[in-house]
Amino acid sequence: MTSVLYDVPGPKARRVSLIGSVIGTVLILGLAAWIVMTLAQQGIFEGRRWEIFIRADVWRLLGNGIIATLSAAAIAAVIAFPLGLLLCLLRISLVDWIRIPTRVVLEFLRGMPVVLMMLFVLLVFGTNSFIAVVAGLVLYNAAIFAEIIRAGIQSLPKGQREAGLAIGLTSFQSRLLIELPQAIRRMMPSLVAQLVVLLKDTSLGYIVAYGELLRAVQVMADFLGNAFLFPVFFVAAGIYIAINICVSRLAVWIERRGSKKAAGGVAKAVPAEAPTAK
Amino acid sequence: MKSLITRRKSLLVAAGAAVALTLSACGGGGTTTPPVASASFAAGTTMEKLNKAGTIKIGTKYDQPLFGQVGLDGKPVGFDVEIGKLIAAKLGIPADKIEWSETVSANREPFIEQGKVDIVIATYTINDKRKQVVSFAGPYYEAGQALMVNKDNTTITKPEDVKGKKVCSVTGSTPAGTIVDKYGAVLVPAATYSACLEPLRNKQVEAVTTDNVILAGFVDKEPDAFKLASDQTFTKEPYGIGLKKDDTTFRNWINDQLEAFAKDGSYKKAWEDTAGSVIKTAPELPAVDRY
Amino acid sequence: MEVIIENLPLYWDGLLRTLFLSAVSGIIALILGTLLAAARVSPVAALRGFSTVYVEVLRNTPLTIAFFFAAIVLPRLGVRFEQFEVAAIIALSAYTAAFVAEAVRSGVNSVPLGQAEAARSIGMKFGQVLTLIILPQALRTVIPPLINILIALVKNSSVAGAFFVLELFGYGRQMANANGDQVMAVLLGVAFFYLLLTVPLGILASTVERKVAIAR
Repeated sequence: MTSVLYDVPGPKARRVSLIGSVIGTVLILGLAAWIVMTLAQQGIFEGRRWEIFIRADVWRLLGNGIIATLSAAAIAAVIAFPLGLLLCLLRISLVDWIRIPTRVVLEFLRGMPVVLMMLFVLLVFGTNSFIAVVAGLVLYNAAIFAEIIRAGIQSLPKGQREAGLAIGLTSFQSRLLIELPQAIRRMMPSLVAQLVVLLKDTSLGYIVAYGELLRAVQVMADFLGNAFLFPVFFVAAGIYIAINICVSRLAVWIERRGSKKAAGGVAKAVPAEAPTAK
Repeated sequence: MKSLITRRKSLLVAAGAAVALTLSACGGGGTTTPPVASASFAAGTTMEKLNKAGTIKIGTKYDQPLFGQVGLDGKPVGFDVEIGKLIAAKLGIPADKIEWSETVSANREPFIEQGKVDIVIATYTINDKRKQVVSFAGPYYEAGQALMVNKDNTTITKPEDVKGKKVCSVTGSTPAGTIVDKYGAVLVPAATYSACLEPLRNKQVEAVTTDNVILAGFVDKEPDAFKLASDQTFTKEPYGIGLKKDDTTFRNWINDQLEAFAKDGSYKKAWEDTAGSVIKTAPELPAVDRY
Repeated sequence: MEVIIENLPLYWDGLLRTLFLSAVSGIIALILGTLLAAARVSPVAALRGFSTVYVEVLRNTPLTIAFFFAAIVLPRLGVRFEQFEVAAIIALSAYTAAFVAEAVRSGVNSVPLGQAEAARSIGMKFGQVLTLIILPQALRTVIPPLINILIALVKNSSVAGAFFVLELFGYGRQMANANGDQVMAVLLGVAFFYLLLTVPLGILASTVERKVAIAR
């Protein structure tokens, strides 16, 4: 990928690099082993603490948590994306009284912690916790999606818009038909990365007592007793990482597919990853 | 996570009988179904409305051991929950027709005001500020603040001993306020009381403070690690039942029922089925406050 | 409204704590993240591997879980700290570094290949190519996304409120609990103070973005 940064290593450099790699790997494995042993000494890996995972009700609760997490994330994503598109179009409108207020709204949404928006929706609109979580996620992520797509549109060559206008499209038609589709494709990796963020942010639903995965884990640790804190948290961390890595892989796959089609020459045309965040 | 509330004391806790830590020992799992009364109420009262609807929405805590804690099956159990069932039964509503919802730190008053719940039974301390927006029946229980320390700790035996020391409690809870304002402790704020256990075990804090009953639950589960600093409590926190402000008829009616529960023994039974697994002596119903 | 004015000292204290956590974690994350990005493009396979795994794992872990490890698992390993701010800073900077690394890496990728080729053709080694030629150019393009990461960091520091550190959001919950009758005003106050930190950063980001766009 960026091997252009250094010469192909010669035999000596390769040897040094190999030795360094071996030492580094040994060090890391050693550290991992030490961590596992230290925790084991404190009885964290005792069978009795892990036996709970053969219980059906434990898995049912975890399963419900996973479903709650995924469904809040999916619904929020499905609403946030079109809303983000709309906000993006308003944000780049040529009309001042549309563009400027939109910009203010976007800055506001971007600057608020998601937890705060969830809590606010819950208390002020008296919704249930599911709606509060989804609303909080939608508001924040729509703003981020809008910014990502806008960055994509700005990264397009000027000629695209000019050509659109030249064949008689209105400004709006050119945005919609010419620029947006290209921008979305170009920004796919960032958009998917933001999806991962959205998925992780469902865990903030604890603030409104939404029964997502992390909350399920907490309820479980509280109910079963603190001895089970570590096992349930390790399992939860594993589940989260697995789900999110699947989504991230999707991003990588899309990036690869996209870059095959993109004209070569300059290093990848992916504009600096736009607002990631959280 | 949430910051909850206020809880406190009463009852002393005999250092928990060393019940072996078993999965089911926690939470004190009594699930009883009180007999449903067939009652009739004066037209226009909240009781009549609930009775007709055949259902009642009750808000409770889902993370307070012994009082309101949700089990693996998603149903809350605890003393608060039992009291809720008793009241519902008197309204002619069977336990399975109660709609439970979790009330978290900030939403108890808004939930009552918005009518999202009919009553809140959630280790909900009666105080004047809250009385300005909601009304309270009860108290049905009086808790008191205590301190929990590591088993080998001998330096902390009373609240005065924590001056300048780190004490863990829940953000915004009444015990947290008391230990800081009155006894000069340095607060280490946690999201839940159970979150305080690891820092205590690791000696990153010297004590954990909240209501004696909750601490007793922790000590009961790990008698080799923790103990109560003292059997004495140092505040009084009356738990009330929150309801819509100025619904005096309903409030008086609940107060009457509470007194009836104390008389017919169902109050004692509710205790024994739940918190009684840890605190053997059932409390007396405090004098209800008919303000 | 009065509730905000009455509690102004608490808001202020919370704001300072949030600012402190964000600033310290931000600096550590920028340094660590840049190192990780450098490792990611380096000739040494082990460094590349380590950096890739680190970034993948941390980016895909909810922050709450990162906090759990810093505040609860680390002490079990014998890493004791007197102040829980240390745990918060560890969690925030370890987590944010992964995002910084990704942003810097995409910045490195955006520098035209000819730059590196030219540098190598005049005899520069990897370290020189990276520090003298590539990074200075890359950092300029990544400043806007980096600022966005910092904005996220400011907001993410609110998770510390659940892990033994009283910052702006923690105070917010405390005040909401103490003033059950004015929850909305309390929360609006919290929102205001967050915006006080994040909006200027956002404006800075778009200004820099415009400048950079012109420079290119």
